[in-house]
Amino acid sequence: MGAPQAKGRDYSLVGREAQLAVDKGLASAQWYACPVSRKRLKELMQRSDSPALRDTVLWVLSFLITGGLAFYLWPSWLALPFFLAYGVLYGSSSDSRWHECGHRTAFKTGWMNDVIYQIACFMIMRDPTVWRWSHTRHHTDTIIVGRDPEIAVMRPTLILKVIGMFLAVPQVIATTKSILRHAMGRLSAEEETFIPEREREKVYLTARIWLAIHLSVIALAAYFQSILPMLFIGPLPTMYGAWLHVMTGLTQHAGLAEDVLDHRLNSRTVYMNPVMRFLYWNMNYHIEHHMFPMVPYHALPALHEEMKPFCPPAYRSIAAAYREIIPALIRQMREPQWHVVRELPPGARPLPAIS
Amino acid sequence: MWCGSCRPAPDRFRPFPSRVSSMEWVDACAADDILLEDVIRFDHGGRTYAIYRTAEDEYFATDGLCTHEQVHLVDGFVMDNIIECPKHNGRFDFTTGEAKGAPVCIDLATYRVRVENGRVLLEVE
Repeated sequence: MGAPQAKGRDYSLVGREAQLAVDKGLASAQWYACPVSRKRLKELMQRSDSPALRDTVLWVLSFLITGGLAFYLWPSWLALPFFLAYGVLYGSSSDSRWHECGHRTAFKTGWMNDVIYQIACFMIMRDPTVWRWSHTRHHTDTIIVGRDPEIAVMRPTLILKVIGMFLAVPQVIATTKSILRHAMGRLSAEEETFIPEREREKVYLTARIWLAIHLSVIALAAYFQSILPMLFIGPLPTMYGAWLHVMTGLTQHAGLAEDVLDHRLNSRTVYMNPVMRFLYWNMNYHIEHHMFPMVPYHALPALHEEMKPFCPPAYRSIAAAYREIIPALIRQMREPQWHVVRELPPGARPLPAIS
Repeated sequence: MWCGSCRPAPDRFRPFPSRVSSMEWVDACAADDILLEDVIRFDHGGRTYAIYRTAEDEYFATDGLCTHEQVHLVDGFVMDNIIECPKHNGRFDFTTGEAKGAPVCIDLATYRVRVENGRVLLEVE
């Protein structure tokens, strides 16, 4: 834990910290992995369509029921709880579908992953190509400053920004700008660092299709003189339904160490109830996922049992995680170099620190 | 072609150009050393290879490192004719070396393999 500093770090992928991370050997480095036997890993890595098909049928039914009732009861206030539920499905459960199908591990059948991935990306407003590559980098350089484009809470903590995240405000503003930029055939300087040239046409095409869909929804709302279409499709449900995925997403890394090559020190595994695990597709087993990303979401609880002896204890609940996260983020407003230190079990050693 | 994200293998891991004529067969391992639908690593002459055994008991070999970020494929997952990289889930058809899409965009070099008297032989320089 370093001495308190008022000044934050440069999180840009094209700033001074980017080269520093390379110079320190933190970029594309060798990471610690728990000693799980090859035989057991092979069992856990097995792919199947069944769990994701079952979950997807439930997911679609949930959309139809909540969306149908919200539509039926509109404009009565009785529609509100159904819109809230629909919003969580649209703006939050899409996060885990984006994630697991992006890794192409949710289904065994490739095209099923790709279809759900595209739908989830639209719902959560993440460009499918940009975010596939940003997430690739996130796995290469997890919470390495100057390298990882998916560090959710940068230091010092900007508390208003964190609060705004619960309504997806920064996300929707950034995506709206990038859709317009991409539709004109341009990438940002940061995007150019991780998106290969041959993938860029896909980014531009997606932006143009999304723009057409969003404009069509607005036109539909104008034609019917009703906001209703915009409550079902587009930025509004992404925003009013975002809070749950932000709440769960912040448990992944917020407040923990930066620039370490050991996922046990910069990620959390948090126990959640079955409903949350359905919505979140077991992303709460986050250390496990980062260490062995080939293991599909439905096998993560079993992987957790294998890794338990080598990892810090899992958090008992979301509330338990937030009892650590909230004070940590508040402290990091004033002391950006401070972070939560996870205790490893006796005998379990991280890789030597690089500095 | 280098796509910009993938990094070409270091010289010591580069595949051999087809014009090289000084190829030889080397004894890589026992046929049973590789489980069905699995892969092992084989290092020879400063290079690293991945040798695969399919569920149909056929053997194949490729470069041992992913063309995306030079991760050892031996820790990956074999499914049908696909090897999935352990780091980013990039997939290759190991029978042809073909990269199957993002985040891998450079094909793997492949090598001839034969099994004789219970031993796996790999054709290398």
